[in-house]
Amino acid sequence: MIVETGHFALVLALALAFVNACVPLWGVVSRDDRLMQVAPSVALAGFFLVVISYAALIYAHLTSDFSLVNVVENSHSTKPLLYKITGVWGDHEGSMLLWVLILSLFGAAVAVSGRAMPRDIHAAVLAVQSWIGAAFLLFILLTSNPFARIANPPMDGMGLNPLLQDPGLAIHPPLLYLGYVGLSITFSFAAAALICGRIDAVWARLVRPWILIAWIFLTLGIAMGSYWAYYTLGWGGFWFWDPVENASLMPWLAATALLHSTTVMEKREALKVWTIFLAILAFSLSLIGTFIVRSGVLTSVHAFANDPRRGVFILAILVFFIGGALLLFALRANSLKPGGFFAPISREGALVLNNLVLSTCCATVFIGTLYPLALEALTGAKISVGPPFFNATFVPLFLPLCLLMPIAQTLAWKRGDLLGSLQRLFFAFACGLGVMLLLVALRGGPAISILLAGLAIYTILGAFSDLATRIFRRAALLKGSQVFANAFGLPRSAYGTALAHAGIGLTLLGLAGVGWGAQKILTMKPGDVAQVGPYEIVLESIGPQTGPDYTATAAHMAVRSGGAEIAELDPAVRYYPVRQMSRAEAAIKTVDFGQIYLGISKGEAAGTVDARLYWKPLVTLIWFGAIVMALGGLCSLSDRRLRIGVARRVRRIAVAPQAAE
Amino acid sequence: MLWAIFALLTGLAIFAVLWPLAKPLAKETSPDVAFYRAKLDEIARDAELAAISPQDAEAAKTEAARQLLAAAEKDQAATKPTRPNPWRPRIAALLALVFIPALGLGLYGALGHPNWPDEPLEARLNAPAASLDINAAIARVEAHLAQHPEDGRGYEVLVPAYLHLGRMQDAVHAAQMALQKLGVTPERLTAYGETLVFANNGMVNEAARKQFEQAIAKGPEPKALFYLGLAASQEGDKASARQYWEKLLAQSPPNAPWRSDLEGRLAVLSNQNASPDQAGAIAALPPAEQQAAIHAMVDRLAARLAENGQDIEGWLKLVRAYKVMNEIDKARAALATARHDFNADPAAKARIDALARELGLDS
Repeated sequence: MIVETGHFALVLALALAFVNACVPLWGVVSRDDRLMQVAPSVALAGFFLVVISYAALIYAHLTSDFSLVNVVENSHSTKPLLYKITGVWGDHEGSMLLWVLILSLFGAAVAVSGRAMPRDIHAAVLAVQSWIGAAFLLFILLTSNPFARIANPPMDGMGLNPLLQDPGLAIHPPLLYLGYVGLSITFSFAAAALICGRIDAVWARLVRPWILIAWIFLTLGIAMGSYWAYYTLGWGGFWFWDPVENASLMPWLAATALLHSTTVMEKREALKVWTIFLAILAFSLSLIGTFIVRSGVLTSVHAFANDPRRGVFILAILVFFIGGALLLFALRANSLKPGGFFAPISREGALVLNNLVLSTCCATVFIGTLYPLALEALTGAKISVGPPFFNATFVPLFLPLCLLMPIAQTLAWKRGDLLGSLQRLFFAFACGLGVMLLLVALRGGPAISILLAGLAIYTILGAFSDLATRIFRRAALLKGSQVFANAFGLPRSAYGTALAHAGIGLTLLGLAGVGWGAQKILTMKPGDVAQVGPYEIVLESIGPQTGPDYTATAAHMAVRSGGAEIAELDPAVRYYPVRQMSRAEAAIKTVDFGQIYLGISKGEAAGTVDARLYWKPLVTLIWFGAIVMALGGLCSLSDRRLRIGVARRVRRIAVAPQAAE
Repeated sequence: MLWAIFALLTGLAIFAVLWPLAKPLAKETSPDVAFYRAKLDEIARDAELAAISPQDAEAAKTEAARQLLAAAEKDQAATKPTRPNPWRPRIAALLALVFIPALGLGLYGALGHPNWPDEPLEARLNAPAASLDINAAIARVEAHLAQHPEDGRGYEVLVPAYLHLGRMQDAVHAAQMALQKLGVTPERLTAYGETLVFANNGMVNEAARKQFEQAIAKGPEPKALFYLGLAASQEGDKASARQYWEKLLAQSPPNAPWRSDLEGRLAVLSNQNASPDQAGAIAALPPAEQQAAIHAMVDRLAARLAENGQDIEGWLKLVRAYKVMNEIDKARAALATARHDFNADPAAKARIDALARELGLDS
């Protein structure tokens, strides 16, 4: 009964999505407030129905109801409770339902926050959101129904892919989806702006928190996914330029660009057309990401769905929404009033440069990801575009961007003073250079790591140098307590900017650490000792382990540093009989910001293991940086104040009163 | 109950559309104007806190005020009073009333299974035994064992069920676990050995034989004797087979159900004794002893048939043997007894008649 109620609620949610896709739009077109008023209430009801549906699916998984195909294919009665729950979104059907759940959650959030919005924008946003919801609900019900039943249920299921039986999976997909789907709101805002013909600072102010929310979750989701790959695949890699990873990176780049361009729009009423275009682009890229992952066009660790029918359906959704939005854009863009003009050397100018570079980065990732797929589709030739391509294209674009980032932060709006900005950054620049010289003296190489480390230090210090000048400059003129007043008086969004940019610096520092790591891949038997970087690793014993749904061979290893034992680690290789799959379970010890990473697989001779031992200095900073970026976003999100763009008329060294991020 | 919930949900969905159509309009605010007003307030506040210099504040104020004017102008144009058309909400309401239930029930009708109950695993496992099919029963015991792996009786119960389903390897594992968990007894050793035999297509392999040998070493275990005999006969060691089976026969109570089967097997052994292997052994004997051995063999067969006459092959063999030994009277007598014993069996009778004709004993 619960299962069928969930199924019915899903169908009903589709009906409501259709209603909400049409009635409010009719209201917008005919300027009928009553019809527009329907949108929020229906969005809330739709959300409620999808929640019922999702709860029913979770219930079915929890109770191992094997009359559902979805449960049979992805669950097993012996699976631990946590994975019975996370398994709901670990498979194709459940993850698509999560997609729709988050979509309707955002719809509901927009519905209740409508007071500050013009009524027509509010109704149109919700209507566009309902179009997306209807398309995906139809997709779920017709091609990937999680509530499909079996008349004669088997007594047990096929279990979940062991790679996905991991706490990381509990949060990675929801985070990523919150990001992907969050961009649907900005898309809906863009489409609504085009429909209603309102594209102005008010619009930019309204859409800002939604971009920030999506961006925060996308950042965390990507970082989480990277960390998950790092410790479950057992090879210590954290970014593979895998198409699925790229699929999440592209919307992130577009969302980052969008975040910056809306600031210009809010403050200066400029870059309107471009901002709308970016909003459409960002969501289009997340739809493309969904298509890549969900259609099964590629087979990689993430792509656990494979059904051409689904691929064609998603492609149709993709063409409909991207094509529809671009058509709307083409029809309306000419009627947009261009905003104010600005000098190239100004905050706006720097942000435009940022947008250009980020878009180009995005384009290179797009080409590197889709070119092999297109080539295979057209000629059947299989080529693989991997790290060499991205290292040669993406990296040379992105690194100079980091060099420009602190400069842009110190530039004033409208008319900037490049020389003054550079002067203010002298300290950060000197520190970066100093660190590089120090590293050359101490380590001697590799060059790329030293360069990255210097850049990272410069980026981190540069991110705060603008804040520092603004806090201390006045304090030098006034009394000491003014420092706190200044610090307090600065908008939180300024701190957000600094944090987010410093986060990038931290990640760069983590990447620099890769060059100083050490690794050993060897066959070991109990008693063997291996030296990895500054650590000595002793294999003490090899023994069996049993878990709820797996058996494992575990190696007991001691890590010694300078003769003293600092950790005992048990890397293992697990065997899951239900799926007949093995999975490495790496053991990790964090030392300062670095990690000792041990992985094993069964050795050829009995009583031995093939061990992969790594020392990865500073590696945690890669993800820590992402967390700091997200914190910056959160900080900026908490700033409910309006942004005041001040046009400077006189050339002075004084700082703009408020910065944007 | 299910339909009541469906009706409730459908009602809620329709209500979500009808209610906003019916409720009075919320007062129209003009967020654009409000936005620039808020901006002006903000500038004033910043200026007061000295977070912004007076010149900057002035510049910002001018710009915001300019935008406020533009917004107010646009606002007035946009909110030009339009006469609400009373028919639009009515059409929308009607469409919602028809469309939502139609799509909801229509699509659900095509996809859903309203009559199928939930099937949570636990409830299926706890269903009354009568309504339980063997798979569910097995799963129930398996689930119990996952919780209480020390309960050997569970494994013991599973063995025949697995065998029934042809899950031979599972059966072997269960029998082995039962032996481990419950302790070694002749019965369990035999049961494990027997499962091994079943899993091995009825052949008694070395592992199985070890179990049976251990079993009889620990105490009287008729089944183990039987399988040891079977093992010997499969290996062609008829003498050992006979030894085991005769020992078993001697131990068995007169009404033991396996008696007749066992006797049958012994008879087969005896018959085979006449042919190849034992025949070879007899041929190796000196002539006088040969004759004696053959006589002894035939006498044994006769004695067995006197005890249990339901062995048509035995009778045929006996008749043929008497004829070969030129004891025509005995052959005739055996023929008569056989005819009497198999009076009710036309097929057997036909074979007896055919043999009689062949050997010329009828006339």
